[in-house]
Amino acid sequence: MSRIGVFVCWCGSNIAGTVDVKKLTEEAAKIPGVVEAVDYKYMCSDPGQNSLRNMIREKNLTGVVLAACSPHMHENTFRKAAVKEGLNPYFVEIANIREQVSWVHEDKERATYKAMDLLKMMVEKVKRDRAIEDVRVPLTKRALVIGGGISGMQAALDIASGGVEVILVEKEPSIGGRMIQLDETFPTLDCSSCIMTPKMVEVSQHPNIKLYTYSEVENVSGYIGNFNVKIKKMTKSVVEKDCTGCGDCWNACPMHKNVKSEFNINLSERTAIYVPFPQAVPLVPVIDRAACLHFKKGGKCVKCYEVCGPKCIDFTIQDEIIEEKVGAIVAATGFDLMDNSLYGEYGYGKYKDVISGLQFERLLSASGPTEGVIKRPSDGKTPQTIVFIQCVGSRDPEKGVPYCSKVCCMYTAKHAKLFSHKVHGSQSYVFYIDIRATGKGYEEFIRDTIEKDGVVYLRGRVSKIYQDRDKLIIRGADTLSGNQVEIAADMVVLATGVIPKKGSDKIAQMLGISYDKYGFFTESHPKLRPAESSTAGIYLAGMAQGPRDIPESVVSGSAAASKILGLFSKSEYEVEGTIAGVNKTTCVGCFYCQRVCAYSAISKEEIKDRNGNVIKVVANVNPGLCTGCGACVNACFSKSIDVKGYMDDQIYAEIRSLAI
Amino acid sequence: MAGKTGENVKDPRIIAFVCNWCTYSGADLAGTSRMKYADNIRVIKLPCSGRIDPLFIVEAFKKGAKGVLVSGCHPGDCHYTSGNYHSRRKYAAFRDLLNYLGVDLNRVEFSWISASEGNKWVSVVSEFTEKIKSLPDVHDIFSSR
Ligand SMILES: Cc1cc2nc3c(=O)[nH]c(=O)nc-3n(C[C@H](O)[C@H](O)[C@H](O)COP(=O)(O)OP(=O)(O)OC[C@H]3O[C@@H](n4cnc5c(N)ncnc54)[C@H](O)[C@@H]3O)c2cc1C
Ligand code: SF4
Ligand code: SF4
Ligand code: FES
Repeated sequence: MSRIGVFVCWCGSNIAGTVDVKKLTEEAAKIPGVVEAVDYKYMCSDPGQNSLRNMIREKNLTGVVLAACSPHMHENTFRKAAVKEGLNPYFVEIANIREQVSWVHEDKERATYKAMDLLKMMVEKVKRDRAIEDVRVPLTKRALVIGGGISGMQAALDIASGGVEVILVEKEPSIGGRMIQLDETFPTLDCSSCIMTPKMVEVSQHPNIKLYTYSEVENVSGYIGNFNVKIKKMTKSVVEKDCTGCGDCWNACPMHKNVKSEFNINLSERTAIYVPFPQAVPLVPVIDRAACLHFKKGGKCVKCYEVCGPKCIDFTIQDEIIEEKVGAIVAATGFDLMDNSLYGEYGYGKYKDVISGLQFERLLSASGPTEGVIKRPSDGKTPQTIVFIQCVGSRDPEKGVPYCSKVCCMYTAKHAKLFSHKVHGSQSYVFYIDIRATGKGYEEFIRDTIEKDGVVYLRGRVSKIYQDRDKLIIRGADTLSGNQVEIAADMVVLATGVIPKKGSDKIAQMLGISYDKYGFFTESHPKLRPAESSTAGIYLAGMAQGPRDIPESVVSGSAAASKILGLFSKSEYEVEGTIAGVNKTTCVGCFYCQRVCAYSAISKEEIKDRNGNVIKVVANVNPGLCTGCGACVNACFSKSIDVKGYMDDQIYAEIRSLAI
Repeated sequence: MAGKTGENVKDPRIIAFVCNWCTYSGADLAGTSRMKYADNIRVIKLPCSGRIDPLFIVEAFKKGAKGVLVSGCHPGDCHYTSGNYHSRRKYAAFRDLLNYLGVDLNRVEFSWISASEGNKWVSVVSEFTEKIKSLPDVHDIFSSR
């Protein structure tokens, strides 16, 4: 038998001014199941809460209904008070007679009547409430970070320093991401490798970080606290633990003319056995089997094997699948640049001296293909005049992408500045739409580039580039002066738009997280939950979320890490118990529910007889994934799945309580 | 008790099924902003519009409601990503059934109201109430078509 207590709150005159609280209380006491109804000036005050607690204790209540303000205001307050008297918190219901009655209606009699209706509904609901226990999910306190760029490295280091084991998976032979390709970094012009290399070493030496390079995550299953991860470790054909990184092998490799260096973005060649760049971490070469003579010519060439002192080259090593268990994941897969050949008018790919900004970084870099001397790709001459073009692909809904790539204004200024420092007497021109320099010290940096380094900024678009003997002729508009301009330059650098890393959509699908139409991962909430993905236990960092610079990438890596350390600070992960549950007796195994669940919370469970034979396959709700949205309930034709707190019989009882 | 809503055609009872995150909060906002609207509406809160079973609507009519309002987050804003998309699809298919059952489809309203749209809640409720009042009086809603 239900023993329900009703509390009608006056909320001062906020409710009592429009609702006849005395009358409401009298009527409430007459509802079957209600053992006592009282009214009080301020139920949320300490005395109000105490009166609630006293009645629960004295009348041995099985449920409580408060006619008061919106449940969004004080549901938690009253639930907590009930828990102190040993009542399950879900036996507390609220009839919202303030926001839905007294504040929005004026006629006292009618308002009182409506308040009574709302109160009756909640009494019927509370009669059918079941105790709901919050679910505790065990936590595997290890984390996986996908992507070893600056954001992923930062996340890994912070988590590891917090005492938690991290598995860092990087697809390339070395960690470092795009940042290690950069020369100096805006706005302070500190050299990228000088600040990056020590961090890379720290990652590789941290006792809590397990690093898998040349590896990819192939499959992820499970849920928050309990993910199973399959990592494909591509073979390097080198026994990593024995390799000293001496370089004898790549110096001996005869294949040094045919393969373009990915790291130098085709500005140089690499060998078949190679490290992408001299400071690679780990400093272990990999054999590119597609280029290697040993693999192409039936085992004929073994030069690297012969010269290798520790004899760590092994052509027979195969790809390996490694399984790991983790409790949380950071997706930090970074970015790519758009394909410049979309812009035929700029002649990328046609004229050797039209290059991308990232290629220019390699030309500036002391460890780059030209050892930091700016030489143009066509004839190796040092350019005297360079034209930079901003927003190539960015902010161009027609051919490119509508968004702003955020870093191009700044790195173009940086490029023009560094060029003027390296080649005295040189001249740069920058074509731009407008300048976006909103970071700390950024505006000053641009000003300085214009005023001290004499870089000429032209507001307008370039319409055509063509070759005239050894010059590139750039035709464009200067919309500020209203003139057409024509510049004869030695080189053109395109500030190409940023796009998500190729394959990031596949990663998102594998992880079950949402992504936008460009492929950037979307945050659980764009403002209030920027580090979380749409799936519990999976966090985001860096450019994989959208264009951002290094400081922002670092911050987001740290944010993801702190979320994970917070999650792991408890012994178990607690989720609200208002989730779906399956009646396994009536479930027919149609799995319509599985199709509508946006959280992949429904899996198949085999019911076996005593001999272990499968007699039935039914739906099973994973408490770590279910959010209690209830979409599955409507999909189920056999009425075998329901959401706690909003059970079918409760809703019907609410409707029926209104019968006229 | 006097002033009973639902007693006659001039005073119909309307049941609203709303999601907790957007529409319920929008209605709360109308309250905190002290906006005024017709008092014929009775709100039933659900986690998401995706939880709203079309059969709830049938039950509401059976129990004397003269109009049913269904409201959730705007497309793309659902707290649970896609619940409102499911409810929209379900409702589209359900309209035919309601029609077949003899329900005048003017008696069912579907709308998207966000947590910041207190004013939209007020106008949707007020307009819908007016509309229901203007429909011919029928005793049995299942022959109202
Ligand atoms: C030309 C240019 C100049 C720039 N100059 C500056 C500057 O001066 N100052 C500044 O603040 N910012 C600058 N930036 C921006 C800076 O490069 C980025 O902010 C930063 O690199 C983002 O780091 P990230 O870790 O998010 O991504 P990334 O650096 O792209 O790293 C992502 C990593 O994830 C790996 N990965 C991708 N997919 C997978 C997968 N499926 N499995 C495993 N690993 C994977 C990648 O191989 C890569 O190592 C510049 C950008 C460009 C293009
Ligand atoms: S086998 Fe020959 S080509 Fe292949 S990596 Fe070794 S040395 Fe280079
Ligand atoms: S309630 Fe929502 S999240 Fe939970 S199983 Fe059902 S559809 Fe999935
Ligand atoms: S939460 Fe509002 S419609 Fe899904």
